[in-house]
Amino acid sequence: MMTSISYRNAPLSPQKRLLFGAVAVVLWVAVWWFVAWRVDQELLVPTPLLVGKTLWHLGQTSAFWLATVASLLRVAAGFAGGVVSGVILALLTYRFPLASHLFAPLLKTVRATPVASFIILAFVWLKTDILPAFIAFLMVLPIVWGNVDKGLRQTDRRLLETAYVFRLGQRRTVLHVWIPSVMPHFLTACTTALGLAWKSAVAAEVICRPQDSIGRLLQTAKNHLETAEVFAYTIAVIVLSVVLEHLFLALAKRLGRRFNAGEGV
Amino acid sequence: MAFTLEHIGFSYPDKPVLQDFSLTVPDSGVTCLFGPSGCGKTTVLRLLLGLEKPQSGRIHGDRLLGVAVFQENRLLPWKTVLENTALTAVSPDRAKEALLNMGLSETEFSQFPHELSGGMRRRVAIARALAAESRWLALDEPFNGIDAQNRDEIATHIRAYAATRPVVMVTHHPEEIELLNANVISL
Repeated sequence: MMTSISYRNAPLSPQKRLLFGAVAVVLWVAVWWFVAWRVDQELLVPTPLLVGKTLWHLGQTSAFWLATVASLLRVAAGFAGGVVSGVILALLTYRFPLASHLFAPLLKTVRATPVASFIILAFVWLKTDILPAFIAFLMVLPIVWGNVDKGLRQTDRRLLETAYVFRLGQRRTVLHVWIPSVMPHFLTACTTALGLAWKSAVAAEVICRPQDSIGRLLQTAKNHLETAEVFAYTIAVIVLSVVLEHLFLALAKRLGRRFNAGEGV
Repeated sequence: MAFTLEHIGFSYPDKPVLQDFSLTVPDSGVTCLFGPSGCGKTTVLRLLLGLEKPQSGRIHGDRLLGVAVFQENRLLPWKTVLENTALTAVSPDRAKEALLNMGLSETEFSQFPHELSGGMRRRVAIARALAAESRWLALDEPFNGIDAQNRDEIATHIRAYAATRPVVMVTHHPEEIELLNANVISL
């Protein structure tokens, strides 16, 4: 019994993970192909082959890459703004109880409001070029704020007392106690927020249609009933999101190592 | 005298701990606070370390350059054994020397606290305190989880420290008082 439990809990080797991942992709592409074959209408469900060809064709146009880079820049701007503001807000609300009471209702409202409501409202107030970045910012801010604030509050008081007794000083206490304590919360927030920022920014682009954007291309393809193109753009968004997440996770791993272990003294 | 506590009164919100408590700590040697659980021994150490303020009475003397071995080891979990010790040590060499004195080997220097046994973690906490720059040392149940052989070796180093500077210790164990040749204050 024990052997069977420990076997089930054992982590998979990288080769096995890769194999299982490939099997999953092949299985779901096969399901997609089967559905497309059964429906037999490219307007409703194009085949994976057609979508692949369309994506290949789109990848050779400058409009696709221009839109991709512009969308990426909008997401990056909104994400960076949300992360910086979230950290500053968390420091304020942790340090000053009044700030915590002042900002809590605002942040709860932002969290509870559907993203579509924000997009439509912001569409009235902002230029279409800025709007996707602003929406990404709004999605990132409460996540980073909430997690960093939690990290600050969960920092071990006993370690802070020890730093005080051993006269570590403010700068070294921040570097060796506060930052390593908060870092896991911060990185989790950033990883979650990055995916959300990307999805909400593309949704905003679809609605407000800024020049040079994946959302605009998606909407145009839909209007022209080019379902294969809609699928192709969606796959491009998914691939970009996964690549961004992996890049961020690699960076997070480095940051984690830098601040959480073996930083030297 | 290193420092003196005069007519100290201290209560936690739900419990009075010290009433009209006085203590004189000499310039050198081990002063041991001895008594049953909950009588305020650890509170006295916290008052001396400046982690609590007395609600009445006064504390005289220079308590600023104290270091401590707390009841819990309080090692930074994200730092290795050597990093934990060197972070507050006078010098990296002093940190290594203190760790070797505590019976840790160089191969263990690069390990993280969670990779060590309870007794080894305790010895790292003691090494950290002995390697830091200090004028006095607070020890709260310092030998918890340490085997007899290591305890005797560690006691030698604490006695050497206490030859020139004051040590204030909290313990429940009479044999530790004897081991450190301590002056007992019963609470």
